[in-house]
Amino acid sequence: MAGTDEQEAAFYAIVDSDGRIEPRDAMPEAYRKTLIRQMAQHAHSEIIGMQPEGNWISRAPSLRRKAILLAKVQDEAGHGLYLYAAAETLGVSRDHLLELLHTHQQKYSSIFNYPTLTWADVGAIGWLVDGAAITNQVPLTRCSYGPYARAMVRICKEESFHQRQGFEALLTLTRGSARQKAMAQDALDRWWYPSLAMFGPPDRESTHSDQSMRWGIKRFGNDELRQRFVDMTAPQADVLGLTIPDPDLRWNDERGHYDFTQPDFDELFRVISGDGPCNRQRMEHRVAAHTEGAWVREAAAAYAAKRAKRAEAAA
Amino acid sequence: MSAEWPLWEVFVRARRGLSHVHVGSLHAPDAEMALRNARDVYTRRNEGVSIWVVPSERITASSPEEKDAFFDPAADKVYRHPTFYEVPAEVKHL
Amino acid sequence: MSEQSQLVEYALRLGDDALVLAQRLGEWVARAPELEEDVAMANVALDLLGQARALLTYAGEVEGAGRDEDALAYWRDDRDFRNALLVEAPGGDFAVTTARQLVFAAYQYELYERLRSSADQTLAAIAGKAVKEVHYHRDHATQWVLRLGDGTEESHRRMRAGLDTVWPYVDELFDADDLTAALSAGTAPIAVDPAELRDPWQAYVGAVLAEAGLEPPDDVPARRGGRQGLHTEHLGHLLAELQHLHRSHPGATW
Repeated sequence: MAGTDEQEAAFYAIVDSDGRIEPRDAMPEAYRKTLIRQMAQHAHSEIIGMQPEGNWISRAPSLRRKAILLAKVQDEAGHGLYLYAAAETLGVSRDHLLELLHTHQQKYSSIFNYPTLTWADVGAIGWLVDGAAITNQVPLTRCSYGPYARAMVRICKEESFHQRQGFEALLTLTRGSARQKAMAQDALDRWWYPSLAMFGPPDRESTHSDQSMRWGIKRFGNDELRQRFVDMTAPQADVLGLTIPDPDLRWNDERGHYDFTQPDFDELFRVISGDGPCNRQRMEHRVAAHTEGAWVREAAAAYAAKRAKRAEAAA
Repeated sequence: MSAEWPLWEVFVRARRGLSHVHVGSLHAPDAEMALRNARDVYTRRNEGVSIWVVPSERITASSPEEKDAFFDPAADKVYRHPTFYEVPAEVKHL
Repeated sequence: MSEQSQLVEYALRLGDDALVLAQRLGEWVARAPELEEDVAMANVALDLLGQARALLTYAGEVEGAGRDEDALAYWRDDRDFRNALLVEAPGGDFAVTTARQLVFAAYQYELYERLRSSADQTLAAIAGKAVKEVHYHRDHATQWVLRLGDGTEESHRRMRAGLDTVWPYVDELFDADDLTAALSAGTAPIAVDPAELRDPWQAYVGAVLAEAGLEPPDDVPARRGGRQGLHTEHLGHLLAELQHLHRSHPGATW
């Protein structure tokens, strides 16, 4: 903090009493930077996440599913937008954050670097990926930074439809033909471990965890949230009649939790650092959309400037 | 030429009898587009009956006669609401 | 043709227009010039998809052969689709899409505005809901035509090219034929005579183009045939993508 001890004390007094820090409050510079990085990464994940599901809009197998998927992907654009706006309250522009994304200086969630190969992947993303995201995000609705917490309240409310539609899509498949059921199982096989990896590395290897907890940005550790997700999801897989691809997954009465196999964290780091199946494709798509839209954004800005000038001349 | 559109704050009146409440912000090149974008972004689930968009100092509100076309179309998007999906009773935490 | 099959055919024309354009607009998702526009274009696509579903469902009901919206959307071949050629043309750049949106939304607005008083209560109800949606689509397209037409040199040039691309398909929208003549005759007509929409459409679109500093292309040879199932080559590819998964699993529930 470029401020005084008094300001620092005021900041911690708010955080320690579970209050909310608002944009114009004095805050430690490192707190501000951490928040910008986290909100930007979160926003980037939403807009990159439009691609793997958007991949199936044109081929959705019924008009009802097409409408649902279109609405869901549209929500993701909206969520990206809320989050960029929350980050902007800390004095960075969306353009700047997109520039950081496009030049690989900021990351997005590793999960979106996996391909959606069949229709069942759309269901699996809704059920598992959105389920994991909600597990991560619900505690963020109580995050110490007001604009981030408020954006998350809105997002979590909207996300619950995402998870339910995914589960329902999979349930329809598992109650369908043998081929449909096989498609659903194949999707679960491919998305299970990448979904577990969404919670990040184990706490003992996580670099930012302690500080983020101290600041009230993070409320629970990665391992605890991952466990919570497994505990919630395993019984749902039973209802679907699908098998989670983990021979060691079983209820542990003593712990009151499921035991399970950890995801491959080496793979997680490889994918985050650029070596996933779709990293290059996702970024090329994103940069192309931005570049091809430049003339449109410029035209609208030029029109607004012209009109303002005309209004001034007429006044 | 860099053409980042200015930022607008969006206020929505959720229903008659309530005041406009700040719901978030967005980028738009001018007031007209800001209002339209706000309708698309912040009232996708029927969350409002009136919108204000505020650039640095001016306030622009949607006019009452546009209300029908502005807000009705979201009314039938039932699939946006979680209760639209049938899930067996034994499924928890969804 | 019996009045029943005429009604089916008419509902398919309207429904296929909406379905095919929704499919084209869906291609813009995650490709729009700005995030706010991603949300807006998806909204338009969703409205059109909703209209298509209502109209195809109704066509199936009137037909009485047990075909629902999906049977009609996924199991007809391109020669059986009744959409106008305008909606099946590839989306092109944002200017082409904007030009098409203006042309089509302005047409749909005049159409639904009148169809609200159709003697057929279902069509009247669908139109009553759709006209509000389409009013918004027309407004959205109008805003963009103004900005692109009167924005930068590049946007003006692209907007003119966009109008050139879609203009050959304009006339077909207003073609009357035996079917529309039969359904729009009498004191309690079911359908709207498309020819009647041309003047109000012209007045609206002409005013928008004039304000944007644009002119409607003139002397463009018209392309038509969609209402008879004689499409461009583009529709087959669009349908191949739309229908492939559904057809790969005959009888499946999704």
